[in-house]
Amino acid sequence: MEGEPVLKVSHLKKSFGGVLAVYDVSFELKRGEFLGIIGPNGSGKTTLVNLITGFVKPDSGQILFRGRNITGKMPYTIAGLGISRTFQMVRLFYNLPAYKNLIIPLCSSRFKKMRGGRYGERDDVAIDLLDDMGFERDSQVPYKVAGSLPHGYLKRLDLSRALALRPEVLILDELFSGMSMSEVASTLPLIEKFNEEGLTIIMIEHRLKELFRVVDRVMVLNFGMTLASGTPEQVMESDEVKKAYLGIHIDLD
Amino acid sequence: MAETKAQFRKKRLDRGIKARSDTLFAIASKKDMLYLLMPRALPVLALLVLPLLLKGYWGKVLVYACMYGLLALSWDLMASCGLFSLGQALFFGMGAYLAGTLNHYFHVPPVITVPAATIGGGLVCAALLAPVVRLRGVYFAMITLMLPLLLIKVIDATGVFGGTHGLPSLSPFSSDILATYLAVAGFLCCLFVFRRVINSDYGLVLRAIRDDDRAVMSGAINIYWRKIQAIFISGCVGAFAGALMTHHYQFLGMSAFALDYSILPVAAVAFGGPGTFAGAALGSMVLVPLSEALRALGGLRMAIYCGILILSIVGLPEGVFHYMARKYHQFERIVEVK
Repeated sequence: MEGEPVLKVSHLKKSFGGVLAVYDVSFELKRGEFLGIIGPNGSGKTTLVNLITGFVKPDSGQILFRGRNITGKMPYTIAGLGISRTFQMVRLFYNLPAYKNLIIPLCSSRFKKMRGGRYGERDDVAIDLLDDMGFERDSQVPYKVAGSLPHGYLKRLDLSRALALRPEVLILDELFSGMSMSEVASTLPLIEKFNEEGLTIIMIEHRLKELFRVVDRVMVLNFGMTLASGTPEQVMESDEVKKAYLGIHIDLD
Repeated sequence: MAETKAQFRKKRLDRGIKARSDTLFAIASKKDMLYLLMPRALPVLALLVLPLLLKGYWGKVLVYACMYGLLALSWDLMASCGLFSLGQALFFGMGAYLAGTLNHYFHVPPVITVPAATIGGGLVCAALLAPVVRLRGVYFAMITLMLPLLLIKVIDATGVFGGTHGLPSLSPFSSDILATYLAVAGFLCCLFVFRRVINSDYGLVLRAIRDDDRAVMSGAINIYWRKIQAIFISGCVGAFAGALMTHHYQFLGMSAFALDYSILPVAAVAFGGPGTFAGAALGSMVLVPLSEALRALGGLRMAIYCGILILSIVGLPEGVFHYMARKYHQFERIVEVK
């Protein structure tokens, strides 16, 4: 795991009007690392994701992706370079069949490059991707209009959409919110599998028990600042974190 | 007291003849085939026969209807990727001026000027609108509305390309019927190609940009480049209409940038219904002859025309085409209430 960090964020700042959303956040991410970001509501987690993926421009600070400065680049450029994300509120096309939602990333030049110039029917690729994600190919589910699917499926569809680009860094913004226990239980192993295959993942999550089970490292944000960072055990030992956020005891088994 | 109760009610059924499994269409019988084919084939046949029947004035009206039809189609394509334009006159005028000046100053025959103006017009329009492609909604619409008016003023003030007098006596097409058929063929090709494109993956991305541009951006798609492509295609179609018109009338003037060419296509789409292109085509095929037919009424013509337009938009906000399509696919019968 040695070598150059795949993602390096340094001294990132962003304020909306008088509100400091992200203040002086720095971290590094090694290839294949699994980082969890936690923090109370309004602590700047989603803003941090928006800053990294280019949806929001930082006031100051720098983001390096594989040594390349991507600060202030357009979202499609950043996605094309290999940083993919899911949305907290899923952004899907509800009047399209589920598998057609994947056509959009499959039309991108990044995907064409990954497939080496020649590629088969996009529809087939989309169905394959969904099949991996638990939308059984032989069932009706991939062909149903996305708007008619249950929430858990929509979240997984959004995840498949992000994975269709074959990213190097995947950012999951509260993927599990609104998912049932069984849906979480079936999705978590998939994410772990991608991580084991070398995908670098940043995961923002309120479900700490599930998060702590899979991540290598946790970063705690509060009022836009980094409160603590380290392994799940270290973070939970920290008095500051307990005071600011947790206030509860969590069993790690 | 006798209780009055409805004894009959209207029952509606959707015809379900298409057994659809993703990409395969199973058609049951010859009758079903006709049912699917007729609404497409009949208008096409009518448009192909009409140029032979209509001579003189009404022949010109048909060309006019096709011109507006092309502009309405190009408007609908831009609208389908979220670009609301009030300036189809820019495309039309650009095509007219490119073809007209090439022909007047360099004596290039229409065989070359029309294709050159089509491609050139698309390129120039895309280049002009590329810097403002990030604007949305009414801001983009305002820019497109003002650009043709600005160009009129420039031509007026500087006197370039004939200034206020325009450029007369351009080369005509070899015959009127050829011009009419060119217009009809262009219109039909555009209609069917657009209908196909919008349902392809390329069209899917365009429509997705209109619905949620952030989701498309996170799919690593440069939405601004796609929008510029859509403007280029629209620009080509509009410029083709302008080039054809300027040779057909053998005259080039500032009126090619007139507000009519911006507003009427929007009215045609509003009347016919947006999103399907068939609505845009139907709208212009109804509105243009209607406006000519109302000429007989004299002074109140425009007032009555606008009245009809308002009534149709208020009465059928979805558009005439969507209403007709729905009725065509439905059975209606009266059933007894049990």
